Amino acid sequence: MEHPLTQYIHPGCPAFDLHEYEMTGGYSALQKVLTSMSYQEVQKLVQDSGLKGRGGAGFNTGMKWSFVPMGNDAPHPKYLIANADEMEPGTFKDRMLLEGNPHQLIEGMILAAYAIQADISYIFLRWAYKKAAQLLRKSIHEAYAAGYLGKNIRGSGFSLEMHLHTGVGRYMCGEETALLNALEGKRATPRSKPPFPQISGLYGKPTIVNNVETLCNLPHIVNNGAEWFRGLGSGDDGGTKLYGVSGKVNNPGCWELPIGSVTVRELVEEYAGGMKNGYQLKGILPGGASTDFLTTEHLDVKMDFASVQAAGSRLGTGTMVVMDDATCPVGFVHNLQHFFAQESCGWCTPCREGLPWVEKMLLSLEHGTGTNEDMELLQMHTQWLGPGNTFCALAPGAMEPLQSALKYFREDFERHITMHKCPYD
Amino acid sequence: MIEQKLNKKQSNSDNTASYAEGVLKEHYLTDKERTAIDHEIAMVPHKSAAVIEALKIVQNNRRWISDESVNAIAAYLQMSPAEVDSVATFYNLIFRKPVGRHVILLCDSISCYVMKYGDIYTALQEKLRIRFGETTGDDCFTLLPNACLGCCDHAPALMIDNDLYKDVTVTCLDRILKKYT
Ligand SMILES: Cc1cc2nc3c(=O)[nH]c(=O)nc-3n(C[C@H](O)[C@H](O)[C@H](O)COP(=O)(O)O)c2cc1C
Ligand code: SF4
Ligand code: FES
Repeated sequence: MEHPLTQYIHPGCPAFDLHEYEMTGGYSALQKVLTSMSYQEVQKLVQDSGLKGRGGAGFNTGMKWSFVPMGNDAPHPKYLIANADEMEPGTFKDRMLLEGNPHQLIEGMILAAYAIQADISYIFLRWAYKKAAQLLRKSIHEAYAAGYLGKNIRGSGFSLEMHLHTGVGRYMCGEETALLNALEGKRATPRSKPPFPQISGLYGKPTIVNNVETLCNLPHIVNNGAEWFRGLGSGDDGGTKLYGVSGKVNNPGCWELPIGSVTVRELVEEYAGGMKNGYQLKGILPGGASTDFLTTEHLDVKMDFASVQAAGSRLGTGTMVVMDDATCPVGFVHNLQHFFAQESCGWCTPCREGLPWVEKMLLSLEHGTGTNEDMELLQMHTQWLGPGNTFCALAPGAMEPLQSALKYFREDFERHITMHKCPYD
Repeated sequence: MIEQKLNKKQSNSDNTASYAEGVLKEHYLTDKERTAIDHEIAMVPHKSAAVIEALKIVQNNRRWISDESVNAIAAYLQMSPAEVDSVATFYNLIFRKPVGRHVILLCDSISCYVMKYGDIYTALQEKLRIRFGETTGDDCFTLLPNACLGCCDHAPALMIDNDLYKDVTVTCLDRILKKYT
């Protein structure tokens, strides 16, 4: 079973309903946990599995849970939230899980909720995922009717409510503390940490926010064990990863593979069918818009957290965007910075003021009116907006593709200045 | 490229001053809207936490959020109009200006950029004679840019109302647009 999360997902086939999901072993992990495992055992199992968060930062999931206050004195209600806001440009992996097997997510959420003894759970779904919304609504309803949700689940004494919340569009809703503000009906600006959401999250109560893909792993870890999970991946990481490729390739798409089992080259050439006729690969963003470029010299880098980091970037969401040799790197980076400037929540000055400036400088470079001074200023911005200077990771994330573009594609930038126009036009 | 954002306030009328007025205008919400908002209020610890849901409900019913709608929602949720407006203007998909019967959201993010969403935009401008942020004279379409729609493997992509269109080509635009009246 090399692709547990997507084994029952077939493009073109409708997603399983409750009965079909049960017939293929669905909700057996929940039965197992409710009848034979304590919440401590579930937490330990997930820690032992080495599962790392799939939302971009790659934090150890069991470790993240361990900060939630447990026992009789713990504040209630506690919350478990599935982050289904997927809005990182170039990322389309959670959509596949949401539309392909909604009950898998619901079961994963109940397991996570059990592990932290949560009372209420939310799926925070981005507005654009209309089909997923419809499926999730139906599936939650089915799960309630079958007694997998609600009071005293299957006679276990454990109770959990689940609600679907659809957003109204803002990249920041995916940042976990901003997501909490959005759920509370506020502007999606981030909160200062500490206190961490595990202690004081939604409505000031202990809260865990996990990515959709992270949660979908849980039924399989419970059913097959930590060792099985670790054995699936290579290197430090356990399990599988949803990898995606988009851009001018022959067969863009999303594939679940043992984590770290493929290189950049294999993903592009074997899975995505290679570059379209007449185009060469010039660079890639390995894990969405806020990861550093890798270039042709990195084609043999393995797609796991540590290897991509060693190559100077991040695995991020694992969905790569390919930049071909007919696409102008300045225009490409301008498009990214336009997105970040627009989605900046405006809470802190470097990001609110810096990103629009960066965007303008890139535009003037693209139009052939940029100067060498602009290049210096852009370089400085990569530090001013870097880690430690802003309230959340949006601005530092925005600087990753910029700083690496300045490094790898400097010649392209400079040609815009000397030619007074975009050489790709 | 001129990109007007529709989630910014349209008129200059002073919302904060009209709080009392807003209370009087509470009747402005229809019975159906109130019932739906009441349902949302019941799900959250305090009324103001339902404000995004309330904005969605009213927008679904009236296509956009006018100053009057802001005031009415504020009064109903016991918030100030400024608070409601601060939330309404934050989110991309709450419209503070009138929109047409159908809203076209064209993805302008990175994979669609690489796959030339610009060609689709040019064709839409020619066919509909509007640019981003504008509405056709017959009130049928409003055209807006939108961040990544999450189907980058089928770029370029666009949405019209609740319908997603993938691998969009200039030649298929006519057939897509024809479906909306
Ligand atoms: C600006 C911004 C946007 C984010 N968007 C998402 C998102 O859409 N989905 C997601 O799972 N995580 C997103 N994250 C990461 C979350 O803050 C958080 O780390 C993640 O949901 C944790 O889940 P995990 O531990 O399971 O990975 C975003 C972070 C930032 C800074
Ligand atoms: S870095 Fe940007 S998005 Fe994050 S809090 Fe500051 S202004 Fe908001
Ligand atoms: S970039 Fe257009 S759908 Fe993702």
